[in-house]
Amino acid sequence: MLYSLFGAVESGVIYAIMALGVYLTFRVLDFPDLTVDGSFVTGAGVAAISIVNGVSPIVATMLAIVAGFIAGCVTGLLHTKGKINALLSGILMMIALYSINLRIMGRPTVSLNNEDTIFSQLREIWPAGIDEFLGGMFTAVGSRAPATWVILFFMIIVTLAIKFLSDYFLKTEVGLALRATGDNKKMIRSFSANTDNLIILGVGISNAMVALSGALIAQLGGFADASMGIGMIVIGLASVIIGEALFGKRTIVITTLAVIGGAIIYRIVVTIALRVEFLDTSDMKMITAFIVMLALVTPRMMQARRDKKRRLQKRAALEQAREGA
Amino acid sequence: MLQVNDVSITFNEGTPDEKKALQGINLKLKEGEFVTVIGSNGAGKSTMMNVISGNLIPDIGDVTISDKNVTMLPEYKRSQYIGRVFQDPMAGTAPAMTIEENLALAYSRIRKRKLIPGVNKQRKSEFRDHLSTLNLGLENRLNAKVGLLSGGERQALSLLMATFTNPNILLLDEHTAALDPARAELITNLTKKVVEEHNLTTLMVTHNMQQALDLGNRLIMMDKGQIILDIDGEKKQNLTIEDLLKEFQRIRGEQFESDRAVLG
Repeated sequence: MLYSLFGAVESGVIYAIMALGVYLTFRVLDFPDLTVDGSFVTGAGVAAISIVNGVSPIVATMLAIVAGFIAGCVTGLLHTKGKINALLSGILMMIALYSINLRIMGRPTVSLNNEDTIFSQLREIWPAGIDEFLGGMFTAVGSRAPATWVILFFMIIVTLAIKFLSDYFLKTEVGLALRATGDNKKMIRSFSANTDNLIILGVGISNAMVALSGALIAQLGGFADASMGIGMIVIGLASVIIGEALFGKRTIVITTLAVIGGAIIYRIVVTIALRVEFLDTSDMKMITAFIVMLALVTPRMMQARRDKKRRLQKRAALEQAREGA
Repeated sequence: MLQVNDVSITFNEGTPDEKKALQGINLKLKEGEFVTVIGSNGAGKSTMMNVISGNLIPDIGDVTISDKNVTMLPEYKRSQYIGRVFQDPMAGTAPAMTIEENLALAYSRIRKRKLIPGVNKQRKSEFRDHLSTLNLGLENRLNAKVGLLSGGERQALSLLMATFTNPNILLLDEHTAALDPARAELITNLTKKVVEEHNLTTLMVTHNMQQALDLGNRLIMMDKGQIILDIDGEKKQNLTIEDLLKEFQRIRGEQFESDRAVLG
């Protein structure tokens, strides 16, 4: 149990980068971008095929980021210059990317077995003593110890770095204009901001983050697969919604942290759900949909209940005061 | 400062819904001139504002600002020269962002936006100074979300955001129409103060005749896409609502007579 939870947190921190990308489009830009299902695989595919062809893992990951950025920019262009509805431009790009990804990879699945990845390279320089020491806590409670801690530590640093960069960016002059574009387009145009370019930039950055997440997941799992992106947008949304519901969204700094938390919790919930006997791995998507529904409905129901209770209390207090008088 | 030369625009041309929104409009604003625009619904006031702000491109005619032809300049580029306040108090601010962030957005209107923080210590104190001129206590609420402000407060903030960077042209589109009488007066007084202080070249559309008389040093009346009355100087200062109505009837009546002559 502890062992599989460790795996959930580990991959959750990587998926958190994707969730931050989804947060940028869905929440900040108010742009429901479905490109994500495609650009996640684009990132994974570009990184995998580059590594297989002898490119160093770090450069391969960079290439994945660039590919994701371009894919996002195309979606942004379709929407702003082509005047296509936001949802539809994302769907069009998603479906086009499915074929493009197959072209990039040349086959449905690219295996990274026996290839160098960012994580395998990190393991080489990571002192084994740390793993033994920390793993000891797992074995002490009778659980299998994780193979290495380096991935978790490294990914926490990378994801937090991206979080802080995003926080900073969204407070710069350009970032403020980007947020205003999602908040009130008419207003920000009257303050000389080119909303078209800001949307293209925003969707581009978002998909660059998604592709980075895909590239890292491919290197963690040891393969890239043409269908690994199906439902990714829902997972991203689930992370954003769960995070906001549990940790709040008062400021950007809090919200981005909440999104990361949401991504990790989503992974943990799925891991726990899959341990239920009658649920299969193939039930994943159903579980995801269910989690999103729950995260959307519960906060509202709790609020309604609180309001009702408050009203009843006020009424009761008034009655009492009347009786007293 | 601002010139509108022979501007015409027709909507839905060639259909039964055809509307000649502007018919050969000519308007010239000198620097520091404050012009109020009145006219009934559909007279072309808003269309004229939209042509000036770049929201609409005229079929024929030109718009120049400070001797620069801006007719084809897209809205976002043209807004470097233009400050605008809209009728809807929700339209001029970003509700999910804080007061200081909104001011930072306005601050960047005349500058290229860079990857540097939009709000810093120095700007913050500058924003605070500007806000204190509104006398609404907003200078103590820099970190409040603008969506939490009342309509009047938001409109005052919109006015400040449109003006504190000294735009070449200030466009006010019925910016007090959605407020209660007390707030409307507050905004009207603020408008007067700000325009005088910065000597702003201003074009203000209003449905309130008294307001059109009280404010500004020139008044124009529009009807059916044309400017039918243009009064300035002393004559404007002594103008009454009575005069305006009479004048309107006179011009309208004449037109009616001539229409009848044509039809007869």
